[in-house]
Amino acid sequence: MRKDRTEMSEDDDRSPPLDLRGADIAESSSKTRNCSGVTGSVAGPGPSSMDFQAPYPDQVLENVLENVLQFLSTRRDRNAASLVCKSWCRVEALTRSELFIGNCYSVSPRRATARFARVQAVAIKGRPRFADFNLMPPNWGAFFAPWVLAMAAAYPWLEKVYLKRMSVSDDDLGRLADSFPSFKELVLVCCDGFGTRGLAVVASKCRLLRVLDLIESELLEDDVDWIACFPESGTSCLESLIFDCVERPINFEALERLVIRSPSLKKLRLNRFVSIGQLYRLMVRAPQLTHIGTGAFSAPEGFAQGDPEPDYTAAFAACKSLVCLSGFREILADYLPAIHPVCANLTSLNFSYANISAEQFKSVILHCHKLQTFWVLDSICDEGLQAVAATCKDLRELRVFPIDAQEDIEGPVSEVGLQAISEGCRKLQSILYFCQHMTNAAVITMSNNCPDLEVFRLCIMGRHRPDHVTGEPMDEGFGAIVRNCKKLTRLAVSGLLTDLAFNYIGKYGKLVRTLSVAFAGDSDMGLKYVLEGCPRLQKLEIRDSPFGDAALLSGLHHYYNMRFLWMSSCRLSPPGCQEIARTLPRLVVEVISNEADKLNGDDTVDILYMYRSLEGPREDAPGFVTILQ
Amino acid sequence: MERAVNYGGDDLNLEATELRLGLPGSDGLEQKQSSPAGVRTNKRASPDVAEESRSKSNNNSVVSDAGNGGRDTAPPPKAQVVGWPPIRSFRRNSFQAKKTHEADGAGMYVKVSMDGAPYLRKVDLKLYKSYPELLKALEHMFKFTIGEYSEREGYDGSEYVPTYEDKEGDWMLVGDVPWDMFISSCKKLRIMKGSETSSLGCL
Repeated sequence: MRKDRTEMSEDDDRSPPLDLRGADIAESSSKTRNCSGVTGSVAGPGPSSMDFQAPYPDQVLENVLENVLQFLSTRRDRNAASLVCKSWCRVEALTRSELFIGNCYSVSPRRATARFARVQAVAIKGRPRFADFNLMPPNWGAFFAPWVLAMAAAYPWLEKVYLKRMSVSDDDLGRLADSFPSFKELVLVCCDGFGTRGLAVVASKCRLLRVLDLIESELLEDDVDWIACFPESGTSCLESLIFDCVERPINFEALERLVIRSPSLKKLRLNRFVSIGQLYRLMVRAPQLTHIGTGAFSAPEGFAQGDPEPDYTAAFAACKSLVCLSGFREILADYLPAIHPVCANLTSLNFSYANISAEQFKSVILHCHKLQTFWVLDSICDEGLQAVAATCKDLRELRVFPIDAQEDIEGPVSEVGLQAISEGCRKLQSILYFCQHMTNAAVITMSNNCPDLEVFRLCIMGRHRPDHVTGEPMDEGFGAIVRNCKKLTRLAVSGLLTDLAFNYIGKYGKLVRTLSVAFAGDSDMGLKYVLEGCPRLQKLEIRDSPFGDAALLSGLHHYYNMRFLWMSSCRLSPPGCQEIARTLPRLVVEVISNEADKLNGDDTVDILYMYRSLEGPREDAPGFVTILQ
Repeated sequence: MERAVNYGGDDLNLEATELRLGLPGSDGLEQKQSSPAGVRTNKRASPDVAEESRSKSNNNSVVSDAGNGGRDTAPPPKAQVVGWPPIRSFRRNSFQAKKTHEADGAGMYVKVSMDGAPYLRKVDLKLYKSYPELLKALEHMFKFTIGEYSEREGYDGSEYVPTYEDKEGDWMLVGDVPWDMFISSCKKLRIMKGSETSSLGCL
């Protein structure tokens, strides 16, 4: 399951994507004081920290500032402080130890490292989200290489790297391992381009490694025994090891030895090649675990009926600190009762890879009173969701994934489940719900019952599907959401929607930052309503909707405030996009056009992806990308 | 203006429901089907055909269900589009792998051990359509000969006997059950040799 922090970095400008406790900030600040003699980077040669000289008045101010600004931890506060005046900008830059780059092409590595000289933690995001669904040809970009090169020179004391949707090669990982002797945390989310070879280098060279988290990343198909590359002797400081997305077998004996010598290990998420018997062995060695991701949760290979099995229930019971469970790949529901002892303490449960029925599920969920985050497959049906609503009164985040991701089938979950959740889980903040049918009534009910909703993502898998009871568009349902959920910052719409739905969003969705639209709307007015009405809009992704050039032009006043705009299979033309590029020089306007269409004389833009940037057109764009100017 | 390529968009574009796999604008491409659904016209194309690997250039192609008479009856089958519903490949594939493994097994590798050989091998049962094919392949792999199969005698004429472990964990003689039943129940193969085989011969 994605950690909290990845979700936070997606939608939350406020909190940093990486843990940075007060102690760390103070520590890094005093470190920075000693690291370099000059505290003011722009003025001429200043005094070194070693000699004492009467400091000049500006420097006193800057010293004071530095002491004060070190306490600013959130990006938003720091960005605001840096705009006060040049002096504040300079000092803020010196005291910022955590750097967040929301779009790797908005600023160059050189520029970023030149401004922020003392960074210990970096977070970088690359590809647009719709690329995850194969809407973008491969090898579009977002390479980590130039960043790691620049940081190797600029940040020798770098400790943490968080990457999302970046292409990371084994060589990049090798360079990372070689360049940063204090390196502690590597988190790769939805990344690709690397394999077990790169992991092996990180494991063997990063002696202070505390966190190695691989989340929904796609590895190359090589087979290096990376687990065995962790140093064999001494205590390891490993706190978190997540590799459930690694689709290769691993050396279990080496893993077991690693777990044994990692007393600080709290989070362990295994891949499906680790059997339940092997999980047992690990659990008895590490009862201090707080987060466990099981591997395969079914009878181990070669197991014959009547073989004595270990007491899985006792193993779970011994993990007194367990708060998060996930995994359950290839599940055999017979083994589910083993987790009963820990259910009452669970705050997070991920069953989204577990194909279990409502019956099998209910016996588990009825113990989970403290559950706050719950991911599940729709195999549990509306009935299962009703059970969730009955028990999980503290639920904050719910995600219901489809086991059969197709249209035109009878779905197991519907408005019944959504309604039940809205009635039972009043504290809901975030929901992602895949279904085949929905009604406005249920969505309106949720908007009234769950006022704390910040994220509402409803995916009615049947495209253009109206309210299946009234036959009407889903406009009123989504309208109620934006109207009643005053804290809403992220919205994904689906089903049959007219321009009216977008009118509502523009009118009421004043805090919306991220909006996802697919197969919706009637005309340019739809997009216009949104671009003119939503002042906080930062990320807008649209596919297969009838919005054209006129609509695009209506957002000129706002595009510099946005991180990106994605529009694919809409009604844009090259001249229309060109107009944007001409008017807004600081925008990079990338266009991917369908070659075959062009030959037919059909001159439409297949994909428009545009983003603000200080650097102008990027030099690593592949052939299929045209950057308009 | 309607586009020649409709990414399964807003109206019922008959061209879009045409069974195609390839770059929009190109014709006459054979449709590839990796699932048995390809034969049955009412079944939807397997989602992993639409959700193609990233290396394929035809990311924007539309694969549709050419249901019999689907175009004339209402509601017509909807074209299945790339990237919809928005589920990441990893999640989608976790279940596809499970389903196809049980349905037709895209590659059904089982271990083969031979008594006396220092290491095991693996064969893909899907590559073979009958027992003689499989046995010949095994003979080549391990450089030995298997005798003649007969229902009464088992394998006569050599000291090697092919056996397999079935789903219940029992060791069975290869060849007794129909081929399809065999490949769906075979978990591993073992070429038994010498004195052990004589106990089978005694049955």
